[in-house]
Amino acid sequence: MASTDISMPTTTPVAVPVPQILAHEVERPNTGWTSWVTTTDHKKIAIMYMVLTFVFFILGGVEALLIRLQLAQANNTLLTPQTYNELFTLHGTTMVFLFVVPVWAGLGNYFVPLMIGARDMAFPKLNAMSFWMLLMGGIVFYASIFWAPPECGWFCYSPLSSSTYLPSGGVDAWIFLIHLTGISSLVGAVNFYATIANMRAPGMGWGRLPLFCWAMLTYAILLILALPVIAGAVTLLLTDRHFGTHFFDASSGGSPLLWQHLFWFFGHPEVYIMILPGFGVVSEILPVFARKPIFGYKAIAAATVVIAFLGLLVWAHHMFATPSPTIVLVFFMMSSFLIAVPTGVKIFNWIATLWRGTIEYKTPLLFCVGFIGTFLVGGITGVFLAVFPIDWQLTDTYFVVAHLHYVLVGGAVFTIFAALYYWFPKMSGRMMSEPLGKLSFWLMLIGFHVTFFIQHSIGLDGMPRRIYEYDDVGNLQLYNLISTVGSFILAAGIGVTIINVYVSLKKGAIAGPDPWKANTLEWYTQSPPPANNFDTVPRIRSVEPMKDIRRQIARQGEEREPERAMAGASAAPGDELQSA
Amino acid sequence: MNTLRPALGPTRRTSHLRRHAPWVALAAALGLSLLLPGQALADFWTPESGGSSNADAIDNLYKFVLAISAIIFIGVEGALIYCLVKFRARKGAVAAQIRGNTRLEIGWTVGAAAIVIVLAVATFIALPSIRNPDDSGAAGLNLAASGVAPGVLVAAGPTKKLPPSGKSLNIKVVGQQYLWRYSYPDGDENTLNDTFSYEEMVVPTDTAVTLDIQARDVAHSWWIPALGGKFDALPGYTNYTWFKVPKGMEGRVFTGQCAELCGRNHANMTARVRAVSPADFEAFIAQRKQDIQSANDAAATTRKQLEPELSDSGSAEPKQ
Repeated sequence: MASTDISMPTTTPVAVPVPQILAHEVERPNTGWTSWVTTTDHKKIAIMYMVLTFVFFILGGVEALLIRLQLAQANNTLLTPQTYNELFTLHGTTMVFLFVVPVWAGLGNYFVPLMIGARDMAFPKLNAMSFWMLLMGGIVFYASIFWAPPECGWFCYSPLSSSTYLPSGGVDAWIFLIHLTGISSLVGAVNFYATIANMRAPGMGWGRLPLFCWAMLTYAILLILALPVIAGAVTLLLTDRHFGTHFFDASSGGSPLLWQHLFWFFGHPEVYIMILPGFGVVSEILPVFARKPIFGYKAIAAATVVIAFLGLLVWAHHMFATPSPTIVLVFFMMSSFLIAVPTGVKIFNWIATLWRGTIEYKTPLLFCVGFIGTFLVGGITGVFLAVFPIDWQLTDTYFVVAHLHYVLVGGAVFTIFAALYYWFPKMSGRMMSEPLGKLSFWLMLIGFHVTFFIQHSIGLDGMPRRIYEYDDVGNLQLYNLISTVGSFILAAGIGVTIINVYVSLKKGAIAGPDPWKANTLEWYTQSPPPANNFDTVPRIRSVEPMKDIRRQIARQGEEREPERAMAGASAAPGDELQSA
Repeated sequence: MNTLRPALGPTRRTSHLRRHAPWVALAAALGLSLLLPGQALADFWTPESGGSSNADAIDNLYKFVLAISAIIFIGVEGALIYCLVKFRARKGAVAAQIRGNTRLEIGWTVGAAAIVIVLAVATFIALPSIRNPDDSGAAGLNLAASGVAPGVLVAAGPTKKLPPSGKSLNIKVVGQQYLWRYSYPDGDENTLNDTFSYEEMVVPTDTAVTLDIQARDVAHSWWIPALGGKFDALPGYTNYTWFKVPKGMEGRVFTGQCAELCGRNHANMTARVRAVSPADFEAFIAQRKQDIQSANDAAATTRKQLEPELSDSGSAEPKQ
């Protein structure tokens, strides 16, 4: 070995050829927990993402149930006002920053490379860093429960979030959560963009990119555009709190309204960041179980991009009650109206995809259909809120709470569960239980509507959001009790799926590479896929490469049929797919 | 096939019903809510109103949007459920391989846009009656001649609207953790000596009341549902709204509460608006003035009594 020791100067340099490649030892592949901690494999990182985000989902869910328990009775004293404020802050922040946004990063991590025929993400080490930053963000935030959790809500309005009114470290923990999960998402977004732009299978032009990948691409672009703004805003908040600046302090020439603008400039695109990947999932699953091509591929892809663009122009509809000129209110009302058009187009396209299909009622399809029916209500109430004089009555009430849960549970959670049931066989090699899946779906659907439909009326009856107690006037107590009962049904439905995952991992039927007879490339490889994903990648000729392959095999089978009949061979055409 | 159908009919229907039982349950629950008694029904579906014409105008606009929404909701959910029932996988059924229909897609895009335009037009039509204050009625407080608040005239600001007559009873509303403070104008330029009250605002009926809404510490939001929408109180800004309680509503109390998270006792930051006749209003202001004056006098007397004590105990040298 040609080692050069620096401490002993060599007097006579000899031109010894230095070997370019040198193997000291062959490292064994890591096994056990080290294989997870050190991995850069997109599939393992994705599994870690999903496990971690589901842990946060459960935490956020428990917080929600505590909130509902407190509100089950008028003038309840189960929780103190401080604990109540902490709980809804934890719940909102957890669900947005630690569940919905990163769970899509997890699902995208697993399936974007597989769907485009790539062997990994473009930057595997950055990919691992994204995950670990997310974990750090979660730890920093949840560590605050041992000291003083933040109590300013998930949008932490100034001046309540200033050091004068909330001097404890909770708000700072929230700020660092935004920074850490923000870096995680930003790095991940760059990775998704680079992967989709550069690593598609031969023949996969933009017009043949699966719609889930279109959605993840749009998700990535929105994150890249929106996250720097919130990173800047929380940095200003941090310097206001600790270093004597006055960006949001009105008494020193700052503006609390500035915080609202900066926050919602990020906050509204964030909504589309949370639901566009769900739209992508639905656009993948419906054609598979209706046995029909997606209706209007180009329209759906275009609508995704248009929604993202308009999503950047609607932020101040969260601020209709602030002291803003009427012309501003009118602009944001019109832009919010406009965004209803591409969203409506998507819903029509999905229903048209079901039209004249042969619909197979499997759990993933049920969740997609439940999503369409539920999300429609969220879309419609969104139009109510876009009309700013109506919004003056509805904003900051339980009507908004109902609306946002119809959008985010209906739009994101239902589609996440659809994706889980749809892709579980690919990730684990085993099928999930259908009866448990259907039970979970119906409990979740009924529980959801019982919880949240009545909340529209709670808001219309004058109950603001974020109050820890209310007087029993009118039907408020009855309505709130109904909502609380519903939330426990919803929780039971989620619990059934958790049990289903646990049981199916051990006892589920072996799935094989393509249990659904699906359309996209991830079903071309084994379940679960090997570390390198594909040994060969076929040339892509349409949006539905697997359909092409099946057709080709069937054709070859027909051609060979006469020969086989003569030779007495009995191989079924499907066998070739299994070996592919 | 046709001959088989009657025989299969009943069994198919029951299995059908069982399969869709959860949907039926959901529809039944929704239907039940419609059967609630009349007043509860209005509470269930529409915002509160009745205390002022702007709240009523919002309510009407809301009902218009609700009607259009109901049609869209029934149409889209109907189409969805129809597809789900009609196009279930059956033996021998083959899915139609349709990839799109440009005309149809352009059609529903234009249709969606048209609905949005209708909503925008309706909003613009309703907006003036919501945004612009009404004039006070004949039975309202005579702002020019009132002995209590003579000639209360406030200038319109860049975003602040006044009634066509230019006259309104202009009350300043200031939010603070966890109270609302109202100061009533008394006609002079000095706003420091204005009569004030906390939590309960007293207003004369049939009188245009304009509000200047401000905050002293954190953000709050002023909201009395039956008197119109909510308006945020933000430090460093002044927000505006108005209302006019109709004649005949003397004695009515409208309740509301702060709608923007303002801290731990946000839930307890309530507000009341009590409508009284103009004469009672003048009496109320006179009484408040007197009460505040006597409280101030009492405080001054106490201060005087305490002064020697305070200056003694406050001296730098400790008494031995």
